[in-house]
Amino acid sequence: MEDAARLLQLVVNGAAAGCIYGLIALGFVLIYKATEMVNFAQGDVMMLGGFVAYSLIAHWGLNYWIGALLAIAITAAFGFALDAIILRRVIGQPQFAVVMLTLGLGFIFRAGAGIAWGYDSVGFNTPFTNKIANIGPLILGQDNLSIIVGTVLLCAVLYVFFSKTRLGVAMQASSQNQLAAYYMGIPVRTVFSLIWAISAGVAAVAGILLSPVSMIDVNMGFLGIKAFAAAVIGGFGSIPGSLVGGVIVGVVEQLAGYYLPAGFQEVTSNVVLLAMLILRPQGLFAELQGKRV
Amino acid sequence: MRYLFRTDYKQDTALARHGGDVFWYGLLTLAMLAIPLLMGEFYVGELGGVFIFAIAGVGLMLLVGYTGLISLGHAAFLGIGAYTNSVLLERGMPFVVTLPVAGLFTAFCGAAIGLPTLRMSGLYLAIATLAFGSIVGTVFQKWSSVTGGFDGFAVPTPTIFGIGLDGATGIYYVSLVVLIFVLWISANMLRSPMGRAMVAIRDSEVSAQSMGINLARYKAMAFAISAGMTGLAGALFAHYVRFLAPDAFDVLLSVQFVTIVFVGGLGSLHGAIFGAIFVRLLPQFIAIVRDDLPFGIGRLPGLEPSLFGLVLVLVILFQPGGINGIWQKAKHAFTAFPFKRQTSSRRQKSYAKSERLR
Repeated sequence: MEDAARLLQLVVNGAAAGCIYGLIALGFVLIYKATEMVNFAQGDVMMLGGFVAYSLIAHWGLNYWIGALLAIAITAAFGFALDAIILRRVIGQPQFAVVMLTLGLGFIFRAGAGIAWGYDSVGFNTPFTNKIANIGPLILGQDNLSIIVGTVLLCAVLYVFFSKTRLGVAMQASSQNQLAAYYMGIPVRTVFSLIWAISAGVAAVAGILLSPVSMIDVNMGFLGIKAFAAAVIGGFGSIPGSLVGGVIVGVVEQLAGYYLPAGFQEVTSNVVLLAMLILRPQGLFAELQGKRV
Repeated sequence: MRYLFRTDYKQDTALARHGGDVFWYGLLTLAMLAIPLLMGEFYVGELGGVFIFAIAGVGLMLLVGYTGLISLGHAAFLGIGAYTNSVLLERGMPFVVTLPVAGLFTAFCGAAIGLPTLRMSGLYLAIATLAFGSIVGTVFQKWSSVTGGFDGFAVPTPTIFGIGLDGATGIYYVSLVVLIFVLWISANMLRSPMGRAMVAIRDSEVSAQSMGINLARYKAMAFAISAGMTGLAGALFAHYVRFLAPDAFDVLLSVQFVTIVFVGGLGSLHGAIFGAIFVRLLPQFIAIVRDDLPFGIGRLPGLEPSLFGLVLVLVILFQPGGINGIWQKAKHAFTAFPFKRQTSSRRQKSYAKSERLR
């Protein structure tokens, strides 16, 4: 019983961490599906979102919910500008140019955040900090629960948005076939910038949800590397896949930290990633397609 | 303008295109040989560092600039070369043996990681090499019986035929020789069917395959050669820093290597050299002007990586040819004077190539 409860506890904690990876991966996947770019600075955008929320809530004393919503909106606007001003210019260059460009942007964001907010870890009070929920024999932190619940809610909102609203359907159309979308009168460029905005907003949500569990600091963007494993497991083109991938990575990581000697936990996500790429590079949730020449 | 008149079939396969090449490269080599006699220990050491990064840069250039495969894990290969060389030296092997062995072993590691990742391209390769780099970094930390872990590893002084290479000058000359060797191999390879196949793969995998190029074989070979050259650079790097710490070979170093390739100019060996000069001298430049900058900018932590990031972003946005592109344009303006026009160097319109369907 003891062991089963402990195992369950580990799994829930892992799932909470995994939801964060999944949310970052979701950001990658949204952008990749639409524009075939990969934003290596996604983790750093999450860091910026966390810091903006910290400024609004801890410095200006806004209510947690209002501050969080404002932070998400600000980060989303930042994502929109990022695409409209910078990323749009490199369309047509080889894909690795985009990889390097976003890596470079990540360094700049990190330095910018360091200048604006300093290099110390910061945190702010949330309704979930240091509260505990008892579910049967399980003792869970409300912070971990809030991550899981928040992720599920966000996914539901995104699902409704993409399937029910005009703009969401237009986004799906532009992702599937740009040219046809142009012909149908969809403003594809603006739609792509809006997708960047959504992706940045999702990253901000991840940053805010993560803040009660771990402090916000300049280097939290390196979580983005773990999120790659999540995206690859999901097949790098599937939105539910990225979340499932994130949860898998999070749980495996927690279990490895418990059952394996110290030092293995840090590399598990990378090992899972490489194994996945070697054994099933198309991911769990992707179908194979041929290329027309 | 120089017009090449071919009067001999040998001219088509010669390494040097014309007498000017022989003269200028010969002069450059002589100048490089003479520098330790003329300049102080500090400058010789810094130039040695530039040579070592240029060796790795040439290796990565073959992979990124000519084969079109990106690697964000080359710091791991540098580390493998460095540790292989140092561990073998400590076990009593001579430097003339450990240097090539370090290169060969790293090439083997490169092939081992290259083979399974061949089915991927572009993006997936970048992610896979990133993961590989971080795994190898952890191995360096945890395998402390061999690498010394976080305590570090003092690199023994190498000797070549009884001459100890303890100063900066010794490493300078060895690095120079290795750099020339690596450049010679690369220049020859790029004129061979192998090099042509690599460029074909870069420009279109599908077309290359339909021309009968064995993609897997050439990609694995490109990966192995690139890793091997980086391993050689790593062996020299171990002697350059003299004390190996596992956290030196992190993602930041890999990004620096790719910066060499991009800032120098994709698809040219000159670019690898230019890029190495830039990447090695930028920190020195920052160190010199640090105190003179206004508003305390010089004292910001993280100034260096952010400057690397900024330069990378600016180069990709505004000068995709890199430093080599600027040089080519300047050369063209000079040789074609006064007939240079704005349109001479206008960027060609290019279209995104989809990698999604394959």
